[in-house]
Parts: sequence; structure tokens; C-alpha cells
Amino acid sequence: MSEKTTSSNKSFLNDAANRALIFQIVLLAVVVFVGYYLFSNLQANLSDQGISTGFAFLNQPAGFPVLLHLIDYTEADTYGRAFVVALINTVVISLMGIVLATIIGVIMGLARLSNNWLVARLATVYVETLRNIPLLLQMFFWYFAVLATLPIPKNSIIFGDFFLNKRGIYSPNPITQDGFSVVIAGFILSLVASIALIVWAKKRQTRTGLWFPAYWSSLGIIVVITFLALAVAGFPIEFDLPQKSRFNVTGGMVLPPEFVAVLVALSTYTGAFIAEIVRAGILSVNWGQTEAARSLGLKDSLTQRLIVLPQALRVIIPPLTSQFLNLAKNSSLGAAIAYPELVAVVMGTTLNQTGQAIENIGLCMLVYGTLSLTISVFMNWYNKKMSLTER
Amino acid sequence: MAIEFKPSPSLPPPVNSVGAVAWVRQNLLSSPLNVFLTLFSVYVMYLLIPPVVEWGFVNATFTGASKAECTAGGACWAFVGVYFKQFMYGLYPSEETWRINLALIALVILIGVFAVKTVNKLYLSLVIILVYPVVAYFLFAGGVFGLEVVETSLWGGLFLTTLLGVVGIVASLPLGVLLALGRQSNMPIAKSVCIVFIETIRAVPLITILFMASVMIPLFLPEGMNFNKLLRVLIGITLFSAAYMAEVIRGGLQAIPKGQYEAADAMGLTYWQSMILVILPQALKLVIPGIVNTFIGLFKDTTLVYIVGMFDLLGRIQAATHDSSWLGTTIEGYAFAGFVYWAACFGMSRYSMRIERKLETGHKRN
Repeated sequence: MSEKTTSSNKSFLNDAANRALIFQIVLLAVVVFVGYYLFSNLQANLSDQGISTGFAFLNQPAGFPVLLHLIDYTEADTYGRAFVVALINTVVISLMGIVLATIIGVIMGLARLSNNWLVARLATVYVETLRNIPLLLQMFFWYFAVLATLPIPKNSIIFGDFFLNKRGIYSPNPITQDGFSVVIAGFILSLVASIALIVWAKKRQTRTGLWFPAYWSSLGIIVVITFLALAVAGFPIEFDLPQKSRFNVTGGMVLPPEFVAVLVALSTYTGAFIAEIVRAGILSVNWGQTEAARSLGLKDSLTQRLIVLPQALRVIIPPLTSQFLNLAKNSSLGAAIAYPELVAVVMGTTLNQTGQAIENIGLCMLVYGTLSLTISVFMNWYNKKMSLTER
Repeated sequence: MAIEFKPSPSLPPPVNSVGAVAWVRQNLLSSPLNVFLTLFSVYVMYLLIPPVVEWGFVNATFTGASKAECTAGGACWAFVGVYFKQFMYGLYPSEETWRINLALIALVILIGVFAVKTVNKLYLSLVIILVYPVVAYFLFAGGVFGLEVVETSLWGGLFLTTLLGVVGIVASLPLGVLLALGRQSNMPIAKSVCIVFIETIRAVPLITILFMASVMIPLFLPEGMNFNKLLRVLIGITLFSAAYMAEVIRGGLQAIPKGQYEAADAMGLTYWQSMILVILPQALKLVIPGIVNTFIGLFKDTTLVYIVGMFDLLGRIQAATHDSSWLGTTIEGYAFAGFVYWAACFGMSRYSMRIERKLETGHKRN
């Protein structure tokens, strides 16, 4: 009997599936136990310190100012509103950074491949310098070494209606007047018309092979119709120009130096990485493809647009996605120079004032998780659209 | 009378198709656009290089005891000279800094010995991985053999930067391997635990992890149990880079042909045998560039500890620029830090390229 049990024990453990089962049960038990242990410690600690859990604090007045807010915000508003303000700041700087970094990256990537020796060298120096220096250092550099050395408002540097000083960049602020809805309607109309034109041109080309300059024409349509709408409504935009008084500059739109420093640092830094991705993508397209396109009689611009670019994009998009994600996450470094984004407002000020560590850090992680997920879902969709359809 | 054929001596190639002239014509002036680009580049260089050289070298002051002595109008490198020790070692007592130097020299020697072909690499690896860190820890922290105790809050400068980077990467490598194997395994629970861990960490910025480490870890520990901030930050950094490491290693695991897995199974190797003897050596070799890149990224990211109140190289410089006798030396400080980080990261990336070529064993299918 005992012999039988041992042998059956042995065979039970010898089965890989059983071993896997046991291992996983143990693993699950450990995870659950550790989680429970940490959670019970947390509860004990919180009740010791007299901190009540929950998100009720979001409805309390925040009492601190936020430097840059795109929606109305005053010190009397709640923590919840401060959170929304910070969230908008993070999203805005991430999106602007992504657009700028892509432009810089494409230009620098192409420059590295240029057959002009000097241009290629300069682009290499740009890429190798910027991507080997920590982003935080670059942000500090722009903020403390460049923007902080600008003159005081009294001695602003002036370009036309733009003022440049320690407090930021002042530019004319467009203010819409009555009748602006006509312009918006005109713009939307022109957009719809140009999309229809592009669809029609594509259909006609598939049917008859005749080509129509749809993109240039639609650009023309948008410009002309929008301008006509502007004229009809009597140019309903007024510019609030920044005015220089004796010691200060008032009015206009102000970009605070924190914003400028974060944006410049993020886009130039990420641009250096994107340049390498673009370069690698274009190099990955076999030279034979270009030769084949030429032998078909395609001119250079068409070769690039129809043959090289679509194939390069397949290589470029996945790493580009992760650069975009990095940029969005790196925008959190703005906290170090007091750009009021999520980390600075929620994990900095709000956490310090309320002591709600778990809720605030959890909130931040949730937002960044959602942001990352959104970007990667969008880029995966785009990647799928561009990927090779094999038969 | 036969006409003798006399070839005339061949002419030299046209001047503008060989040598420097041809090179310039081809690479700088081949088309109107190229001429424009060349002129533009020269203009950019003219805007950037002379002022920088003038500021950094020609008009620079290299010695002095305060900003007031930098009168030449250029860079004030004297600032870096005076604060050099702090930038390197933080507030580590200066009569004890030999301990850091000693540990560094020992590491360099050990790695140097590693390159010697005749040494038993297994034992040496064990010494480097198991013995060296313990010895180094006691050297740094003190408290044994009559070494004076040095609080970790005094550790700083480049020393702290290096420590965070190296410990982070070394500790995250085994963790990353386990996570990658877990993610690739066909055990659903193990797989999902690994995926949740990796994706959660990769979705959030390092700052949130560091804040968690410095603010939240104490809340999760039982009453009275607490460990110091350096260790907490190290745990945060290790978990963070382990998630990235796991993804790099997963790339390597996926690149190994299925036949290798099947062959290992057919040999009757157990899971761990097949992984350790067959799969991992190949996979890790494939992803060495990726690992080095992760390390470079981590090395740059260690600057973030400044935000949670630790003074690494950048933090020390930031603190030093607030010294009232050195006001206005911000750019010099950043230039120095930038140079140090740049040299380290650029050097590492070049080194990884070399290793990549060296380890290329010609099995690549082209």
C-alpha cells in the first residue's frame, strides 16, 4: 500500500502539467498573501495616522494657484478641478510634443541620409548629442540657463508684436467676435468638400487610371472657402496685442517659460530618437525597390511617396509608438521645473496638502496608464492599416 | 613601310573628377539644393561654433575661488574645479573617499581579469556577482574593520549615479529573465501575473514609481519596520528596469527558432535545463545591444532621483549653482554634467556595437 502511494506520488509529480498546476497555485497563494499582507499593513498605518481613505478630498477647496490653466481655475476651486487642469496640461504638452518631435525627427532623419556631407554630419552631431544627455538635464538647461537669463519685462526683447522676457513669450491673442460661427461653418464645409474630392479622385483613378491633383486642389478649396467666409463675416477676429507698460507687459497670450522649456526639451530630445527610427526605416527599404520604381518610369517624388515611404512606415511605426509613449511619460519631468502637469499638481501639491498618498499616486498611475493605452491603441490601428496585406 | 602604332600617353583624369575637388563637388555642391544646404550648414556652424569656443576656452577662467575672480567674460570653469569633489562623491567625507576609489579600482581590475582568456570565468563571475557587492557595500557604508560609518544620505554625486545605475541593471537582469520566461510560459496564472506586472510598470513614468518608493513603501510596511531611502529608491529603480529588461529579453526568446526549443525537448532536457543550457545563452547574446540600451536609458533616468530629494551628479550641480559666491555659473555646471553623461552614454553605445560585432558568430540567416 505504502509502496503504491509513493509510486503514484512520483508519477503525479513527474507529470509536467501537474507540476505546473502546483507551481501556479503556490504562486497565486504567494501573490494573494503578499497583497493581503501589504493591504492590512496599509490599513493599520492609515488608521494610526488618522488618514481617512477615499476620494472625498477631491471636493474640498484646493487653495493653491496653478500657473497655467486652460479652463477657468481659481484657488477657491476644488482639488478635483485642479486635477482636471493638470490633466489638460499634461495632455496638451504631450500632444504638442509629439507633433513637434515628429517634425524634428523626420527632418533630422532625412538630413542624416542626405548626400550632402556637411548636412549629414551636422544631423549626426545633433542626434548623438541630444540622445546621450539626460532629459532632465536638458530641461534644467532650457529653464535655468536659457530662459532664466532672458531680460526682465522692462527690457523685453521685441519682435513686432511678440515680446520675450523672463516671464515668458507674449504673443497676440486672437479673440473671436460675433459672426465667427460663419467662418467655422465655412471651414467645416471646405473640409467636407475636399474629403469628397479626394474620395472621388481616388475612385476615378482606380476606374480609369486618370490622375487628379486632389491634395493640392483640396488645400486650395480649404484656403479659398475659409477666406471667403472670413470676408463675408467681416473678419470677425480681433487680436489682443501685448502692451508694454513701464515695468511690465500686459495683455496678449502668454506662454510661461516652464511650458516653453518642457516643450522644447521634450521635442528636441524625442526628436533625436525619432530621427534614428526614420533613418533606420528608410534604410530598411531595399535599394532594388527604388531602382524598380525608376525603371517603371516613376519620378523621384512619386518613388518616395508610393514605393519607399509605405514600406519604410511599416518598420518605423512600432518603435515610433514607443517613442510617443515615452514622450507622454517623460512630460512628467516637467514637475521638476514646476510646470503644473499631473505629477506636480497631484503627486506634489495635492499629496502634500491632503496626505492622501494612495489615492493621489493611484490616480496618477491610472491617468498615465489610460494615456499610454490610448496612444498605443491608436498607433496599433494605424500600424494595422499600413501593414503588409499578404495573400 | 609599316606604320608603327604608338599610343599617346594616357592623360591624367580631369582635375575635377579626382581628389579633394571632386569630393567637394560630389558631396557639397552636386546640385543647387546641395549648394544651398552647404551654405546653410556653414552658416549654422558659424553661428554656433565661434561663440561656444570663445566662451568655453578663449575667454574662460580655469582657476579661482569665487565667481568674482572670473573676469574674462567667458566660462567660469573654476566653479567646476572647486566643486569637483562634491560632484564626484557628494557629501561623502573627503578623508574617506579612498574607499569609493578602491572599490572602483577593484571592479576595473576584476573586469580586466575577466577579459583574460585563461581564467575560469565561472568562479570569477561568482566573485563579481556575489562577493564583490558585499565587500563594496561594507566599504561604502563602513561600520566594520574600524571603518567609519558613512550615512547613505551623504552618498551623492557621480558615485550615487553610478551606484544606482549599476545596481539597478545588475539586479533587474535576473528579475527580467524570470519575468520574460513567465510571460512566454504556457501557465495561464504565471503568465498573467507577469503581464500585469510588466505592463503596469511600463505604462507609468519612472517618477511615479520613485514617488511610490519614497512615499508609499513606508505605508505598506508593518509598524516600526522601515528601511532607508536609498534602498527604497533602489527597489523602485530595479522593479522599473526589470519590466523593460523583460521586454528586451522576450524579444530575444522570440527570435530563437522553434527548432531549438524542440531539439532541447527531444534531448529530454527539463524546462530549466533547456532554458539555461540552450535557449537563454542564445537569446541573451542576441539582445546584448538591447540590454546595453536599457542600461544607458537607466543611467540617464537616475537623474530623476533628484526629484525625490537625493543628490546625484545633477542634484549636486543644481545645489552648487545656488551657492551665493558662485551665482551665474549654471551653464558651466550643466555643461560639465552634460559632458560626463554624454561621454558615459556615448562610450557605452559604441562599446555595445563592438561587442555585437564580436559576438556575431555567423549564424545569421541572410
